Amino acid sequence: MKAAAFAYARATSVVNALELLAMHGDKAKVLSGGQSLMPAMNLRLLSPDILVDIGGLAELRGITVRGDLLVIGALTRHVDLLRSPEVALHARLLRDAVAHVAHPAIRNRGTIGGSLAHADPASELPACVVALDATIVVRGSAGERRITATEFFRGIYETALLPDELLVAVEVPVAGQASTFFFQEYARRHGDYAVVGLAARAVVAAGRFSALRLGFFAVGDRPLLAAAAGKLIDATVTPALLAEAAAALADELDPQEDQQATAAMRRHLATVLLRRCVAALLARPELETGVGK
Amino acid sequence: MTVTRAPADALSVLDRPNSYIGKTVPRPNLDRLLQGRGQYVSDLELPRMAHVVFLRSPHAHAKIAAIDADAARRMPGVVSIVTGRELEAVITPWVGVLSHLKGLKSAPQHAIAVDRVCWQGEAVAAIVATSRAAAEDAMEHISVDYEELEAVTDMRAALDPAALVIHAALGDNLAFERTLDAGDVDHALSGSELVEADFVFGRHTGVTLESRAVVADWNAAEARLTIYQGTQAPHMVQNIAALHLGLREAQVRVVCKDVGGSFGIKVHIYADEMATYALSKLLRRPVKFVADRVESFNTDIHARDHRCRGRIGVRPDGTITAFEIDDLTGIGPYSMYPRTSAIEANQVVNLVGGPYATANYRARARVVFQNKNVMCQYRAVGHPIACSVTEGLVDLAAAKIGMDPVEIRRRNLIADDAYPCASPSGMKFEQLSHHASLTKLLQMMDYDALRAEQAALRARNVHRGIGIASFIEVTNPSAAFYGVGGAKISSQDGVAVRLDAQGSVICQTSITEQGQGSESLTAQIVGSVLGVSMERVRVILGDTDHTPYGGGTWASRGAGIGGEAALQAAKALRQNILNVAAAILQSTPAELDIVDNGIVNAADGAPRIELNELARIVYFRPDTLPPGIQPELMATRHFVPRQYPFAFTNGVQASWLEVDTETGFVKLLKHWVVEDCGTIINPQLVDEQIRGGVVQGLGAALFEKCIYDERGQLTNANMADYLVPMSGEMPDIEVGHVVSPTQESELGAKGAGEAGTAGAAAAVANAVNDALRPLDATITEIPLTPQVILSALGRI
Ligand SMILES: Cc1cc2nc3c(=O)[nH]c(=O)nc-3n(C[C@H](O)[C@H](O)[C@H](O)COP(=O)(O)OP(=O)(O)OC[C@H]3O[C@@H](n4cnc5c(N)ncnc54)[C@H](O)[C@@H]3O)c2cc1C
Repeated sequence: MKAAAFAYARATSVVNALELLAMHGDKAKVLSGGQSLMPAMNLRLLSPDILVDIGGLAELRGITVRGDLLVIGALTRHVDLLRSPEVALHARLLRDAVAHVAHPAIRNRGTIGGSLAHADPASELPACVVALDATIVVRGSAGERRITATEFFRGIYETALLPDELLVAVEVPVAGQASTFFFQEYARRHGDYAVVGLAARAVVAAGRFSALRLGFFAVGDRPLLAAAAGKLIDATVTPALLAEAAAALADELDPQEDQQATAAMRRHLATVLLRRCVAALLARPELETGVGK
Repeated sequence: MTVTRAPADALSVLDRPNSYIGKTVPRPNLDRLLQGRGQYVSDLELPRMAHVVFLRSPHAHAKIAAIDADAARRMPGVVSIVTGRELEAVITPWVGVLSHLKGLKSAPQHAIAVDRVCWQGEAVAAIVATSRAAAEDAMEHISVDYEELEAVTDMRAALDPAALVIHAALGDNLAFERTLDAGDVDHALSGSELVEADFVFGRHTGVTLESRAVVADWNAAEARLTIYQGTQAPHMVQNIAALHLGLREAQVRVVCKDVGGSFGIKVHIYADEMATYALSKLLRRPVKFVADRVESFNTDIHARDHRCRGRIGVRPDGTITAFEIDDLTGIGPYSMYPRTSAIEANQVVNLVGGPYATANYRARARVVFQNKNVMCQYRAVGHPIACSVTEGLVDLAAAKIGMDPVEIRRRNLIADDAYPCASPSGMKFEQLSHHASLTKLLQMMDYDALRAEQAALRARNVHRGIGIASFIEVTNPSAAFYGVGGAKISSQDGVAVRLDAQGSVICQTSITEQGQGSESLTAQIVGSVLGVSMERVRVILGDTDHTPYGGGTWASRGAGIGGEAALQAAKALRQNILNVAAAILQSTPAELDIVDNGIVNAADGAPRIELNELARIVYFRPDTLPPGIQPELMATRHFVPRQYPFAFTNGVQASWLEVDTETGFVKLLKHWVVEDCGTIINPQLVDEQIRGGVVQGLGAALFEKCIYDERGQLTNANMADYLVPMSGEMPDIEVGHVVSPTQESELGAKGAGEAGTAGAAAAVANAVNDALRPLDATITEIPLTPQVILSALGRI
């Protein structure tokens, strides 16, 4: 279990990193926290000719508020999300979610840019940025592009990033006073990738949802912004309506089967999460047990 | 701690002033390990050492048509590339059978496959290079031409007459079959309520922190092979290596210092380890093999792949009238060497029904070949299967007649005053304490309060369950385990103790240390018996050149057997010291004692002479001793149990958990164990053995499984997909003790290493079924994954 030999370059600036990427094309790989890349290389699932290490680029660090955007640099580590007062204030969902990402040793190294670029469909952060309606900022030799989160994820480990582009930041709309969040996942063990998970943002007024974004993960080849949420917006949520939404959700999902769960189990768990989420956000515990009994 | 019976001679040697017995003292090897000064084989570097990597078969069953390694040979750093055919010149094949397991058959196994591979992961060629990375690079350039053969993977299909026979010369795929019929089962069942169930156990493995590691160093000038290996049984390795390399045992030295966990994984002889010894001899230089994690999953022995049909008969008053089982297990393509792969099924037959007074018992066990990795003995061999089947049936019987699970056990467990006695399968019990243990367990868990809490929560749709599992455990095995079957595996152990010139003690023991605390318990015993403080006792183990001959550490035997040898050796040395002291002091040995590193008056404790002063006189001024005195400041003793084939221990476990019936996830809330391992030498070591064992049992219950596809591919051979139990999911584990020392030894210690693993899964499975009882679901399969639970509940 030793990686094949590779060359290594520590980028001195974003521009330098982009030059290196342009020079080596798809033979190069960006190295961020290394928590997904290095295991894959040690298993020889990946054998890049050269690693472009962006770890020293101060330009990619930091969490700042710019107007009504929370801007998170690509090199922001999971542990930084967990501890940042700005994140706690403006995008609490990220903090709640990141506690479920792996273990402290991995959170000390893994980065948000790496997680989003890696695009594991069972990952927490991609679903969060979808639920938060965030924008992914990428830079290439031709300049900067802004891609909405829903457009960014294209499939298993597939994104809108081109081989010579760098993910530089994530822009998250600052949560208004009225926003509430829900995060829950079912994983076999603490820190494992989820069997099914849900990251949600909502605005609740007078017992009804005026906005509801449900970002499911591990239910398909990419994080899914559930259209079924639409049924619950601006409506009085009854057990019957919730059941209808759950049925719509099950239809909408196209989950994969793997060692943890069949497609049917993933559909089932997603509907359980939906009910628990709605019950929690509306503070109506009775809704939780309304379906499937 | 409840003591059921004081031994006749009231621990005379152990119950001394300043005794360490029964005390939690820090393990003397902790500083070494914590400061990174452990001597693990994985870290070992020798001059001119080369590294071997094995190219392993991607197919479960295939003919090897051709191997082309020309390109690989030209790669930088490559020392040699060796195939099975080429290695045959230096090492002979072996067959993993033992004569006392009647009818057990297996086929010759080679260090590296010759012509045919029989499981995915079997080595096909060895690449020896100057570094592991260079060897892995070269490996990518070897091309092997395989002709894939049909793979026999499902153990149920292996005996189908239409199934392919994996080793044609054996005639069929049945490796071993054992039947047993005690009492009158049919008669007993005819008047009883009957409950039946199929129990299914996931194949799993040991996952040691340090993977298997060996450095073999053939010294042609001395015609000697030194093997550095993380093993549990150095003398066994010495014997086997010599046998198959055509050497005398004296030409093989096995060194085994620190070992990063073993759990039975490292008590076997693996083909790749044999190949490494042979490569060193062939290439005349040190060769190192360290299994990587993927190799570990594909080649470390697996265990527990059983399907067992169980039946129990019960009368309305709760009397259990009979047990009946039909067990089937698939062991891979070969019976493992040299302990064989029939032992687990054999143990299942031996142990089912073991805690109960029921005399009627019928069993059949069949062991079949299949094209998967080999299975063999892993911590608590057979016990978790036997315990899960027995305790699962007992709970089902209780449910059938509407009796509380505790009550049915009270009515059927062998009475604490019924010993000595034997089980229907012929197991001899010296003294067990099922009832005392159960009583203690119920107190610890506050059973009635827990039942009340469970009822209250059920009303709120929260489903919690309580599961109880009584168990027996085989420890301190005599020659009955392996020796009688022809295996050269010692059941006796030896300890040599000597007083050095400054009054410190050097102790050489044949038991080994893989983290259990063998060093500590040996030092505690020797220090206590001698009257010397533990810091003055240095324990040397794990070197066939420098320790007495013995079995090593496995089957919960280190404390019971090696500990008794240490006690007897220390007693002999103590007598020798007192004899010399009496001569020096013009006294008699009976009037003297050794306390706190010095000779004192037995009567009033007045100090007479320090041990270092005594040693000085003996070693440097023997001219001053009275004539005729020849001091002997070294003593050696060996011990093996003779009266009982095994020292059975017993205990009972309980699990308290919550099932989320919507998601199928189980949350373990608490676990209790009461165990009886006889004399407790170091309570903390015993408790941690129990806890560690429980955790492995909880892993089996909820998480661990080697998942094979129908083509015999292991699909989760990594730490992300193979789920080991982790601390986040583990409950608090409370441990209590009942103490019934064995009379076979002065020490009175039985083993404690496997008790935790034996019963943990059974307790959890019973608790899950207890939680699900109002929902009319019963599950007799582990691991209890959310998928399994949701399916049983009809949710998906
Ligand atoms: C044991 C373990 C458990 C884990 N559990 C979880 C879990 O439960 N949930 C979870 O979400 N993750 C989990 N992870 C993964 C972890 O969160 C990683 O940190 C994350 O997936 C990748 O981040 P990284 O910074 O380490 O990226 P790297 O490993 O360095 O890179 C990952 C990929 O992204 C590319 N990349 C990285 N940064 C950029 C960039 N700025 N621009 C363009 N491409 C880039 C790399 O080239 C590579 O292809 C786990 C990892 C381990 C080892």
